[in-house]
Amino acid sequence: MQYQSQSVAKLYFIAAIALFVAQILFGLIMGLQYVMGDFLFPEIPFNVARMVHTNALIVWLLMGFMGAAYYMVPEEAERELHSPKLAIALFWIFLAAAGATVLAYLTINYADLARLTGNDLLPTMGREFLEQPTIIKIGIVVVALGFLFNIGMTILKGRKTTINLVMLVGLVGLAVFFLFSFYNPTNLVQDKYFWWWTVHLWVEGVWELILGSMLAYVLIKTTGVDREVIEKWLYVIIAMALITGILGTGHHFYWIGTPEYWQIVGSVFSAMEPIPFFMMTLFAFNMVNARRREHPNKAAVLWALGTGVMAFLGAGVWGFLHTLSPVNYYTHGSQITAAHGHMAFYGAYVMIVLTMISYAMPLMRGRAGANSNKAQVVEMWSFWLMTVSMVFITLFLTGAGILQVWLQRYSDSPLPFMEVQEKIAIFYWMREYTGLVFLAGLVLYIISFFVKGEEKAA
Amino acid sequence: MSGAFTKSTARNIFYGGSVFFFLLLVVLTFDTMKSLPKRDHRENITPQVVLGKKLWEDHNCIGCHTLMGEGAYFAPELANVYDRFGQSTEAIVAFIQSRPAEGVPGRRSMPQFNMSTEELEAVAAFLKWTSEIDDANWPPNIQG
Repeated sequence: MQYQSQSVAKLYFIAAIALFVAQILFGLIMGLQYVMGDFLFPEIPFNVARMVHTNALIVWLLMGFMGAAYYMVPEEAERELHSPKLAIALFWIFLAAAGATVLAYLTINYADLARLTGNDLLPTMGREFLEQPTIIKIGIVVVALGFLFNIGMTILKGRKTTINLVMLVGLVGLAVFFLFSFYNPTNLVQDKYFWWWTVHLWVEGVWELILGSMLAYVLIKTTGVDREVIEKWLYVIIAMALITGILGTGHHFYWIGTPEYWQIVGSVFSAMEPIPFFMMTLFAFNMVNARRREHPNKAAVLWALGTGVMAFLGAGVWGFLHTLSPVNYYTHGSQITAAHGHMAFYGAYVMIVLTMISYAMPLMRGRAGANSNKAQVVEMWSFWLMTVSMVFITLFLTGAGILQVWLQRYSDSPLPFMEVQEKIAIFYWMREYTGLVFLAGLVLYIISFFVKGEEKAA
Repeated sequence: MSGAFTKSTARNIFYGGSVFFFLLLVVLTFDTMKSLPKRDHRENITPQVVLGKKLWEDHNCIGCHTLMGEGAYFAPELANVYDRFGQSTEAIVAFIQSRPAEGVPGRRSMPQFNMSTEELEAVAAFLKWTSEIDDANWPPNIQG
């Protein structure tokens, strides 16, 4: 760590991991509710558990992105952060807002929460992933603006690298497209159409810029490959991401009342969305193969390679599986969608944040190069436990999805939803057991931070 | 990557390509918005339907159900529930009204939301309007 102010990232990373734990615990609750329908009912109904599960994920990934930016931007810009105090203040505001939201979900009836927080004045609540009270959404915008100001000023006054510029473009895009969450027309079709401008243009658009930038940064640091080479790769990857991903939004416009031409536009462009993810895999492996030094942090390199592979499998392959409109006609809104969602989020965004934490945390904790070999071995075990269990969670959900599509949508005598759910329960049980393995991996991951010692810098 | 293909070429493809395709998305969005009135039957969005959508959101129905395939996969699709319930808004009202507050032992059950009759009718009206949107014949059959 070259600049003192980089260390504000530590707060963000710790909070991110804490929210990660909450996300997984509520995931396990939901998983159990799939097979034991009355579990925790009516205290924590499924919809409440799901809000905590998805919103905690989004917030901890945002915490991770912000922490990553605070860590890498000063080093790339070759100067201290514009205002470390602002970064710390915004952290506590963001954490308090996130904590209050989760507590409110768990303790207050959602309809009462909507009433208490003035959802009648500007209704934005009750839409998937955007369930936060309107006042919290405004808070998120304020935090994002302060954050962008801080990062922007640092970049403006310092060295302007491609990695920093791409990160900044991605983060500005993130803030801009979030503004669509305030637009909630009474016409459901329009509501759904612009809801995707936040959701799709985040995860299959600007977030990929953030992901690419973070991956490029860690690869420069750990492999010592020439910056020019890495930055060229970065531009090609994000160019492909947006060229395919922007019109790829069309794969959400097949069945929501929008014109039929979206079936062609969406199919063609989203079918190409795996390309940037495949290039990310090639990128990570090529850079590590061409490395000019042996970085002592082997765990960080493992996470970086894992991100490439798992993002390609989860976002690329499992996305392609159901993206063509004739296929999607049968798979839309089934467990196939859930399977894709799990591995894509884990492979692309969870793993890139964990890559950055793995690289930066030892340095912020004052270690010369990396954690001790023993700590890294524990961390690498957690990598394999979480990654392999996520592969199996995805496979079980895919199995459930194929059967669901067959029984409910495709066979000659389609069965009602709940009857099908009972027939495919075995897959939900296996998913739940595998979820426990994932939790074990997460516990091991946290333990790895408490294994002492360090490796020297290369 | 060879020497002829430089970083600045890659950068130009990124900025040029992104701007081009974003503008294309904007153009297609205008076209979509222009053609929607024929598909969404907005002339039928009465104040009751508007209230129904608000209640749909305030009770976080999307947290368990899908609506036109979007949402959670824990409970049945509702964009076609009006048709599945024999084109009866009364059946929808009766179903929501009769959910037991303490749930059903061992099974998934919808919470009891304690809505008034007026509110329940608004939710049913919203679901009826939704069922009439021209959504390219999705879902494939009545089971959703």
